[in-house]
Amino acid sequence: MDIGILALQGAFAEHAAMLDRLGAGHFEIRNRAALERPMDGLILPGGESTVMGKLLRQLGLYEPLRTRIAGGLPVFGTCAGLILLAEQVEGGEPCFETMDIRAVRNAYGRQLGSFHAVSLFDGQPIPMTFIRAPYIGGVGPKARALAQVDGRVVAARQDNQLVTAFHPELDGDLTVHTLFLDMCRKGGGAQAAS
Amino acid sequence: MEKTRYELNKELAQMLKGGVIMDVTTPEQARIAQEAGACAVMALERIPADIRAAGGVARMSDPALIRSIQEAVSIPVMAKCRIGHFAEAQVLEALEIDYIDESEVLSPADDVYHIQKTQFKVPFVCGARNLGEALRRIAEGAAMIRTKGEPGTGDVVQAVRHMRAMNGEIRRVQSLRPDELAEAAKELQAPLSLVEYVHENGRLPVVNFAAGGIATPADAALMMQLGAEGVFVGSGIFKSGDPARRAAAIVQAVTNYTDAKKIAEVSAGLGQAMVGINQEEIKLIMEERGV
Repeated sequence: MDIGILALQGAFAEHAAMLDRLGAGHFEIRNRAALERPMDGLILPGGESTVMGKLLRQLGLYEPLRTRIAGGLPVFGTCAGLILLAEQVEGGEPCFETMDIRAVRNAYGRQLGSFHAVSLFDGQPIPMTFIRAPYIGGVGPKARALAQVDGRVVAARQDNQLVTAFHPELDGDLTVHTLFLDMCRKGGGAQAAS
Repeated sequence: MEKTRYELNKELAQMLKGGVIMDVTTPEQARIAQEAGACAVMALERIPADIRAAGGVARMSDPALIRSIQEAVSIPVMAKCRIGHFAEAQVLEALEIDYIDESEVLSPADDVYHIQKTQFKVPFVCGARNLGEALRRIAEGAAMIRTKGEPGTGDVVQAVRHMRAMNGEIRRVQSLRPDELAEAAKELQAPLSLVEYVHENGRLPVVNFAAGGIATPADAALMMQLGAEGVFVGSGIFKSGDPARRAAAIVQAVTNYTDAKKIAEVSAGLGQAMVGINQEEIKLIMEERGV
């Protein structure tokens, strides 16, 4: 198992630490050369979606990654990563537009609105940390909501795409990363640049 | 396991890692910075180079200016208050600023005490020249640290000195025997619990950025290779010939800080860097404020 972690900006090291705990291999993606390595899955971390969106294009990563995500490469986006995958983005620019959801950016306001909660994820209670977080304002017919907090959807899945508005990489609970690695094991990944 | 506000504040800094925080003085500059890939902006009335040139007392920015910058961008907005000026910090908190920089760039309001930052809900970043200063600021409640460098000079030498000092002292603390840590805490003038954290983890308990004098993509790459987790660029962008291009180039250099070919490519034809002044040429040494 080898997971590519987009490492342009943000909390990518925290995802690597979670994968270490689960015994999964991983590598950083900062440039096109990194795409030559086959990957079973891709993580889009938290950070600033505006920064990542720009760097993806400037570094020539946008088209190859979009092609692979659309082709079924398992992908897990947290916070900014959720925004990158959403087809519609309220308060920001869409990026990959591969997931049938509408993201509402900075939906809880500024840093004073950041909060922690415990809520059900796919039926199981887990800790959830929201940092200047988005939520999912609309889930289209192709996607399915996996978690809600205060009546707002904060996690969703569509085939091989998994997104959370919160940061499971900050809380030590392995539930979400375990689900993602299961998705990766079932396939769709292990593609290198052709 | 309820998380404290302090944990959430440290975690916002984690989201800024690998990014560039840019000083801006107008909503227009803030938009240019965001467009160039800044992960946050610092709202200021004057950039440090102009604070130096103007002299006099430098204070917190006009709340109207801060609000207009908050409205102009979607990325986090930071603002500076004077060292020890907790009333300015209260005003910035009332403005729902995302991060307060208790900064030596402004004229200190208190020459003994820093702000008791644990009393605030919004996070603070503070400057430090060495491990002892960093741990004292963290003990006061700072959720993020940056090197002081020497602001407004375009001269990176002090930022390098401070980053090397901090990381050298971290390595030394790591190598100590457990029964030597109390003496180290005494020398560092820092709480033992934080010295123990550094001993066990080999790093500060908060994110550590570089700041002060960074003017080129190569400066930014230098600081990242020396262990910074991101950079602040103050005067270096909007005192240069082509701010938008220089800002975007520094962002790319921070992401690919070990890729010299990429840094060569983004550095080519950037136009004039800020003129800069050497540390020997300046009378006002900001780094000595608030130790």
